[in-house]
Amino acid sequence: MTTSEKQKFIDILAAFTGYSSKHLPDDVVERLTLMREKEDSPMAKLFYDAMFSDLEKASELDRPCCQDTGVLQYFVQVGSGFPLIDETEDSLREAVKKATIEAPLRHNVVEIFDEYNTGDNTGTRIPWIDWEVLPHCDSVTIYMYMAGGGCSLPGTAKVLMPLEGYEGAMKYILDQVTSYGVNACPPLLLGIGIGGSVEVAAKLSKKALLRRIGTRNKNQKAAELELKMEEAINRIKIGPGGVSGNASVMAVHIEQAGRHPSTLAVGMSTGCWAHRRACIRINHDLSYELLTHKGVTL
Amino acid sequence: MNIKHLTTPIKDEDIMDLRIGDLVYLTGRLITGRDDVHHRVVKQHRELPVDLNGIAVFHAGPIMKERADEPGKYDVISIGPTTSMRMENSERDFIRETGVKLIIGKGGMGLETAEGCKESIAVHGVFPGGCAVLAAEQVLDVEGVEWPELGMPEAMWVMRVKDFGPILISIDTLGNNLFEDNKKKFNEVKEEVLPELYSQVDYLK
Ligand code: SF4
Repeated sequence: MTTSEKQKFIDILAAFTGYSSKHLPDDVVERLTLMREKEDSPMAKLFYDAMFSDLEKASELDRPCCQDTGVLQYFVQVGSGFPLIDETEDSLREAVKKATIEAPLRHNVVEIFDEYNTGDNTGTRIPWIDWEVLPHCDSVTIYMYMAGGGCSLPGTAKVLMPLEGYEGAMKYILDQVTSYGVNACPPLLLGIGIGGSVEVAAKLSKKALLRRIGTRNKNQKAAELELKMEEAINRIKIGPGGVSGNASVMAVHIEQAGRHPSTLAVGMSTGCWAHRRACIRINHDLSYELLTHKGVTL
Repeated sequence: MNIKHLTTPIKDEDIMDLRIGDLVYLTGRLITGRDDVHHRVVKQHRELPVDLNGIAVFHAGPIMKERADEPGKYDVISIGPTTSMRMENSERDFIRETGVKLIIGKGGMGLETAEGCKESIAVHGVFPGGCAVLAAEQVLDVEGVEWPELGMPEAMWVMRVKDFGPILISIDTLGNNLFEDNKKKFNEVKEEVLPELYSQVDYLK
């Protein structure tokens, strides 16, 4: 690794981060377009019009489409043979600082206890980095998520006893959606994690938000439940911005892990309509491909 | 759905006939104010750096950029509403103490704010959430920034706007509350759909 290679890596990551604050991923735009076409309430239509006009202007003026560019989270699947593996964490931090100035991103990181805004979107353990190491692989795949305040606020997780179980989980989630979810700039993407302990459920709920809209859980029962939950929650007709309309959610995604016989933990994360999730694969020679925004060169 | 154009200073009679579900476009002056600004006004009783009588408060934390050639002069890059509910505990006092007539944010506010709108004659409306470049393009000029030590999102930015909207009235001067009404409806349907989901999740063997 040379210094110039590391700089190039940082530049790619910064450009990737900045770009994703300004353009929603293809699957989200596609789903929103469909929902807008199906909408017939005048109020809801007005909100969809505003959203699409905002996206156009953001792209035309090269600005973040929502002012809340969130706290940066990166979910990294790094190949054990990726030449810049040792530099990845440091490069992500540098990239965040760079993108904060260049995009520009809002200053969003407040240190706990000392309660001051760091001013560059980095801080203690931030950007948040989640690691998975892939054996026999020399590329890195990075998911970026901008965790906005409004869309993070409904997040919740809880350990239930198996007899309250799955029913309890359904009630827990729907209660949260109809109270807090309304303020999180719907239509929402709901990520649900189910497992045996609270951090597993919470983390899986966020991973569920990283899945492409239109994909289903590999387990048949879970896939059916995703669909049934979408139908049920859409019947509540929360509409864009909570002003009521034909639907409530872009999708419901569930991810699961095995549980302990005595516990059933459930977690929920919500994504807002401005779901800034992006994914890039960077190869050993630093060539790259944006997987969420097809055909884009940074 | 009536449409009305408001110009600051807003007088009581300009907003008395607005009803929830109406649309408003604002021309004139607004300030941004969220958690910390409310805290300073309502809890710390600090002296207001700007006269808020008859203008609008926007629950928003923008992305601003200082002009390279004009230090101290800012442009708005991106500004959208933040969750109004966070200000619920202080909004009633805030309206009374400042004389603001239009509160703009996203999502609904609660009973206390509705009471405040009734007693001090004010309305709350929502700007479509996340539509931050749309909103930025409706700002004519950033007149200044007060309390900059609160940081970019929390500071009080003073702006002039033109045809700023759409703003959907969600609390009117009678205390009607669009989002509270919606929530009741949402909860009714929730109770209907839950048993259907329960029958779907009978997985235990
Ligand atoms: S919930 Fe999403 S769209 Fe709404 S303000 Fe927050 S980040 Fe922006």
